[in-house]
Amino acid sequence: MTDATTTAAPLAPARRRLSFEWLGVAPFIIFCLMFLLLPTLYLLAGAFIGPDGNFTFDNILGLFTPQIMAAYWISIRIAGASAVIGAVAGLAIALAIIRGRLPAPLRSGIMTFSGVASNFAGVPLAFAFIATLGRLGLVTIIAKTVFDIDIYRAGFNLLSFWGLTLTYLYFQIPLMILIIAPAIDGLKKEWMEAAQILGARPWQFWRYIGLPILWPSFLGTVSLLFANAFGAIATAYGLTGSSLNIVPILLYAQIRGDALQNPGLGAALALGMVVITACANLIYLVISARAERWMK
Amino acid sequence: MKQNRFWPWLVFSLGAAYFIVPLVATFEFSLRMRRGYYSFDSYASVFSDPTFQATFSYSVVIGIFAVIAGILIVVPAVYFVRLRLPKLRPFMEFLTLLPLIIPAIILVYGYIRLYNSSSIIPFTGSALGTDVLLIFAYVALALPYTYRAVDTGMRTIDIQTLTEAAQIAGANSAQIIGQIILPNILVAVLSGAFLTFAIVIGEFTIASLLNRPAFGPYLQNIGANRAYEPAALAIISFILTWGAMGMINVLGRFAPRTSARTD
Repeated sequence: MTDATTTAAPLAPARRRLSFEWLGVAPFIIFCLMFLLLPTLYLLAGAFIGPDGNFTFDNILGLFTPQIMAAYWISIRIAGASAVIGAVAGLAIALAIIRGRLPAPLRSGIMTFSGVASNFAGVPLAFAFIATLGRLGLVTIIAKTVFDIDIYRAGFNLLSFWGLTLTYLYFQIPLMILIIAPAIDGLKKEWMEAAQILGARPWQFWRYIGLPILWPSFLGTVSLLFANAFGAIATAYGLTGSSLNIVPILLYAQIRGDALQNPGLGAALALGMVVITACANLIYLVISARAERWMK
Repeated sequence: MKQNRFWPWLVFSLGAAYFIVPLVATFEFSLRMRRGYYSFDSYASVFSDPTFQATFSYSVVIGIFAVIAGILIVVPAVYFVRLRLPKLRPFMEFLTLLPLIIPAIILVYGYIRLYNSSSIIPFTGSALGTDVLLIFAYVALALPYTYRAVDTGMRTIDIQTLTEAAQIAGANSAQIIGQIILPNILVAVLSGAFLTFAIVIGEFTIASLLNRPAFGPYLQNIGANRAYEPAALAIISFILTWGAMGMINVLGRFAPRTSARTD
């Protein structure tokens, strides 16, 4: 019967196929609406609705308390520091394995390891760092018994800005290596040869040619790493419980009903987070569009 | 040209130290359970814990459903957009980037608000409904990776010609996607599946806030209450992640290619 319609009416199948196409795309669109767009928009709209159901800016203004501002500030600092340090270290390692003439198997090994480590975030990562740098951790004990340095007495604390940053680097550096490696591969050999023929030393090549070309990809990846660390909660929660005052943990406590007890304020907290990560990703999109000019 | 290999080796060694020391320390810590000498007691304790078995199998089942749901949602959409609706591509790219912009904690907070027990679609009103919500949440979380894996897979095969050939042979759209396209992009789809699995298996935030008995919240609970088991669990998680990534690498070598067009 379907054969008859397809052969007899040339116009009909075109329309039927079109509706079939939309039928294939529809689940995806409905999924995105139901599980990405609507919940987020509904939540963020809640930031502007008071307890009485009317429009208000009170929730946004409610963010400007010392505790919440301090949480945003330390979150931004941790995300920023782990993004910048992670990006610099990741770039250095990627350059070393790709351009440093190290043995070839080393490169594929590191790329595989980076894939693993960039996904090894969350609670298990926190356990690993407690076992390493916690009060009974291996490094802490070795420092104390062998080198006679008590790192905790020296002011180090795993549950602090530097402790958390050091832990986040474990997934930030591999992510940087994975993202920046294609950009480094894009540096053509001819450019280095041309620079050498013109008399450039290696450092001059990197200073005037290599790094300026990598710069947009570098900056773009920094913003991606920033967003990655800013929204992360599981690692911090596994490390410290709810004791550390960073925004995702504050929001977690708010959702669990442990603190604040104001849905509007919770929504405002979420809005602040989305605005900050969206800004970081917007920078990434703009910069990576510029960077692609060199990746032909 | 003359190139000093001192700096690359130094950078590599420092990096290697930073990444290997925590693994060694964690492993060493996990062996310390019995006083005085090393033993695998903490691993035995973990594996014999019925909560470990229950939460781990729960997360595996949720992960499998998330993988299947992700494939059913993404593959037809990518196929039809590539074949007939290329105008929608930028829109799809944008949608699939959203989970990178919206932190998981905000997504789940939105679900709790929107789908609570007194709403039109009360997902969180029952255990089964919450499980379904958790599965879709993981599909959303893995969307950037699933989409890119499937999209890359379809770029390397000639879906236009395959589709025309199948149509001439009398196949309908469901048959084309299920029996022609899917087998050809199976490697890409499986890579996305293993990545989804690696993300889902120990996920903490969403499972915890939806109050589901998953592996992630179990890990956190053990971390708060035990001394040596967490280290053993960290090693087990690392091996699991390594296994999932290793599978992706192995699969990559089997990627099929029909005469790919240069587009």
